Amino acid sequence: MSDARLSVFKTYKLYVGGKFPRSESGRVYEVTDPKGKWLANAPQSSRKDARDAVVAARKAFGGWSGATAYNRGQILYRIAEMLEGRKDQFAREVADAEGLSKSKAAAVVDAAIDRWVWYAGWTDKIAQVVGGANPVAGPYFNLSSPEPTGVVTVLAPQESSFLGLISVIAPVIATGNTVIVIASENSPLPALSLGEVLATSDLPGGVVNVLSGRTAEIAAPLAAHQDVNAIDLAGADDALAKELEIAAADNLKRVLRPQPVDYAETPGIDRLTAFLETKTVWHPTGSLGASGSSY
Amino acid sequence: MASTSASASVFEYAPAPESRSVVDIAPSYGLFIDGEFTEAADGKVFKTVSPSTEEVLSEIAQAGEADVDRAVKAARRAFEKWSALPGSERAKYLFRIARIIQERSRELAVLETLDNGKPIKETRDADLPLVAAHFFYYAGWADKLDHAGFGANPQPLGVAGQVIPWNFPLLMLAWKIAPALATGNTVVLKPAETTPLSALFFADICRQAGLPKGVVNILPGYGDSGAALVAHPDVNKVAFTGSTAVGKAIARQVAGTTKKVTLELGGKGANIVFDDAPIDQAVEGIVTGIFFNQGQVCCAGSRLLVQESIQDELLDSLKRRLSTLRLGDPLDKNTDIGAINSAEQLSRITTLVEQGEAEGAERWSPSCELPSSGYWFAPTLFTNVTQAHTIARDEIFGPVLSVLTFRTPEEAVAKANNSQYGLSAGIWTEKGSRILAVASKLRAGVIWSNTFNKFDPTSPFGGYKESGYGREGGRHGLEAYLDV
Amino acid sequence: MPTTAPAAAHSLGEVTASDSTLRRFLHGLPGVDAVGLEARAASLGTRSIKTTAKAYAIDLAISMVDLTTLEGADTAGKVRALGAKAVRPDPTDRTSPSTAAVCVYPDMVATAKEAVAGSSVKVASVATAFPAGRAALAVKLADVRDAVAAGADEIDMVIDRGAFLAGNYMKVYDEIVAVKEASGAARLKVIFETGELSTYDNIRRASWLGMLAGADFIKTSTGKVAVNATPANTLLMLEAVRDFRAQTGIQVGVKPAGGIRTSKDAIKFLVIVNETAGEDWLDNHWFRFGASSLLNDLLMQRQKLATGRYSGPDYVTVD
Repeated sequence: MSDARLSVFKTYKLYVGGKFPRSESGRVYEVTDPKGKWLANAPQSSRKDARDAVVAARKAFGGWSGATAYNRGQILYRIAEMLEGRKDQFAREVADAEGLSKSKAAAVVDAAIDRWVWYAGWTDKIAQVVGGANPVAGPYFNLSSPEPTGVVTVLAPQESSFLGLISVIAPVIATGNTVIVIASENSPLPALSLGEVLATSDLPGGVVNVLSGRTAEIAAPLAAHQDVNAIDLAGADDALAKELEIAAADNLKRVLRPQPVDYAETPGIDRLTAFLETKTVWHPTGSLGASGSSY
Repeated sequence: MASTSASASVFEYAPAPESRSVVDIAPSYGLFIDGEFTEAADGKVFKTVSPSTEEVLSEIAQAGEADVDRAVKAARRAFEKWSALPGSERAKYLFRIARIIQERSRELAVLETLDNGKPIKETRDADLPLVAAHFFYYAGWADKLDHAGFGANPQPLGVAGQVIPWNFPLLMLAWKIAPALATGNTVVLKPAETTPLSALFFADICRQAGLPKGVVNILPGYGDSGAALVAHPDVNKVAFTGSTAVGKAIARQVAGTTKKVTLELGGKGANIVFDDAPIDQAVEGIVTGIFFNQGQVCCAGSRLLVQESIQDELLDSLKRRLSTLRLGDPLDKNTDIGAINSAEQLSRITTLVEQGEAEGAERWSPSCELPSSGYWFAPTLFTNVTQAHTIARDEIFGPVLSVLTFRTPEEAVAKANNSQYGLSAGIWTEKGSRILAVASKLRAGVIWSNTFNKFDPTSPFGGYKESGYGREGGRHGLEAYLDV
Repeated sequence: MPTTAPAAAHSLGEVTASDSTLRRFLHGLPGVDAVGLEARAASLGTRSIKTTAKAYAIDLAISMVDLTTLEGADTAGKVRALGAKAVRPDPTDRTSPSTAAVCVYPDMVATAKEAVAGSSVKVASVATAFPAGRAALAVKLADVRDAVAAGADEIDMVIDRGAFLAGNYMKVYDEIVAVKEASGAARLKVIFETGELSTYDNIRRASWLGMLAGADFIKTSTGKVAVNATPANTLLMLEAVRDFRAQTGIQVGVKPAGGIRTSKDAIKFLVIVNETAGEDWLDNHWFRFGASSLLNDLLMQRQKLATGRYSGPDYVTVD
């Protein structure tokens, strides 16, 4: 075994506000592959980590939602570029997490990168698809435009640790929301590594915040949090989804209920529009001059 | 205030009442289920009164759980055929309804004024034209859903349970029923207990239009009837307009189901007036914003945010303008301010106004003689209001304006957004770039710049935050009733 | 030429100190949103004025008419007939009020004075090279002096719209001041020709400019262009006189002219007066209608109210 080098383990950390904190609780939990082999210890986030993530997401919201759609598209595309460069690492992590063969895991990672690219292209198009001028019956110019809902909590899919994860994060931030994502409980490592990619892309800190740990434990305070505007329940089972939907009603969060999704398929725009508000602005037009109203 | 009952003006407008004879209100009405008027299973009834006189207008069957079940079953039976009709056929039914509403608009305007207490000027010039326009607009969508931007062949959801408020009874009915039917859903609608009549007249319009039985069912009743409807397991879609408290209860109730929900709830709209505003039009916009429909409007501009440098000038103009408002008989064509809808609402307004005074805000109303019977509240404005005052935060839903000041655009936006609600806002300035900058920062679903309280069937309406979710009106309004 | 005499009389004196102060002041007036203004005017137009209120409004409107003939074909006979009608609008009903004035060209003033002699009816004369106003100032002033010398009680001048549109506000101001002086005791109505000023912002500026220069009345139009008095431009001018009085204590009258032909229209204008400037303006000293055919419609409506029957054109005089 003289040629066998002892590998360097990675310490997985949360990604909150552009930094990599440990859980404030100091807790970690064991992450294993589907066969039970230990992979790493992941931070087990607490309600206080969730609270900190909301603060970070709220702080980032103004700048991110105010950035031009073109700029957001550039940054999302940059993330895809960064991912492309670390494909092998993600393929390994996905293979471990989901028990996939090397080639299957690589295909999943390719699909995930392509998904970033797909959503990167949407940033400056969605407003034209779902907004527009309304032909009101009067001397007014009336324009409806989509605007981000705000701070969104996402329960990432439990099974699809990377492609599913990206499929639920990318549409939320593409439109200018900021996000707190709760990684797959059993397979959080690709999500935690994604934080490292995001940190080295041009994405402002706080736009995406990644928490790992017990989904139900982290989701409960987030679903009830008064400064969270929406919640995507993709990674919740029926019982948890119902409980969280009830909690979310306290400040009328927009709720995207869990639904069967094949993450391998090209998505529609539902996840983009789920966290958009429509704002309609009126302004008088009138005539060029005081040409006189009829009376 | 130039009350229609007493005024010292040299140009005293003589009473100009709209004729009540155009409407024939029956002494009693049943529930409208499966195309028939029927009594409630438990025989319960309630009375609806005219808020301006407290006169009993009619006795109305009150829907209970059994009736809700019956109505939902009828709607379910009707759904199969209705949803299978070619869109072009559904369209023609809706066009018929729109036309009949136009034909009967004077009758319906008088009816609405009697049952709701709002001035005939508003029902005649705002509510009824918008009701007809809404049906006309959605009629045209029924056979074009493939092109609405929701993908090919979008499908209806099924039975829609709809609960509407008393402030725009027939208009809210139109906002609910027109898109539901256009998309192929069938409907069980509960009007508010204080304003059931126009919905029951609408049932008759459905009959005249030949609408198939069970496509529209009308269940008058109180909150418990609405709750039973929302809870019914065979309802696929819940649409509610009303208070935020009830909206939250509904959101909890549907949790864990597949029911699709849209909520149009409360608001505390900020009407922001900058120092370069077109002042005279701003004053009109402020008046329209808070005194239209006695301020019983979810998107009312109930918070006036005025730039400190023009506060005195603006308030002088505003007070002078308020003194010309004419309060009195809602059927009088010259009445600007009608009755508050109910004793209960009047008491809520009174309580909040008293709280405003107790918290130190300065109350002002034009001198104003209120009629001796009915539910009335004089137009009121409060100055020296801060963000901390209850009257700056809670929705009063009455003719009460809270005046706050700001110094800079940033402060205006921050104060406007400092609310649990996010339904409407107004911006008054002659500077185009400021309008666009402020509009983009306001967290509200409808923003009126240099105008206020304008509505149109093509224009999506709905709120951010606790003002609810979903949009009504326009192409956007179809989404709430489709499986997309 | 005096430029500051009338301005010194009120608190806004410094406004007309120079070209630039005047420009700054006029451009600092609040803007007008056209849609909002017209919507307000239309809304007031929906007031329902019935029975006693209608009777009051019709008599008031008759008393506010400046019965006008401003034709190249005007003759002494035509003007005498007009004068007679102004004094006694309805020969069959002596309770009908007289009109406020007759309005004629300067060369008809003497004839008009004779025709209305002994009555309350005033003689107003257009002057200052009406309607275009395109003449030298000396000619305009001679025109005014001629009318005043002939006995005109009121002078209806036109402003130099060209100068106004070119931004030469001081020139417009100076001219009004000069005409005011030439008018002597006659009350001065300043016509803006709102249809040519084109925008509501301009109409508001012109209103203040006219009032600063000492106008006793501000008047919409000559009646000789496509767009004359409208509810909206009159409402705007009523806001101006209301605000001017609030600032200076000086009350100025308003005269919409041209295009007001029916009682229904006239009553709408009176509602606008009542609910904008207020009842202080509900008097022919402060509000006038520049009109001709309006009077007969008012008289027919008056007969209808008195008898309950609809009247017809044969029951009012054609003059």
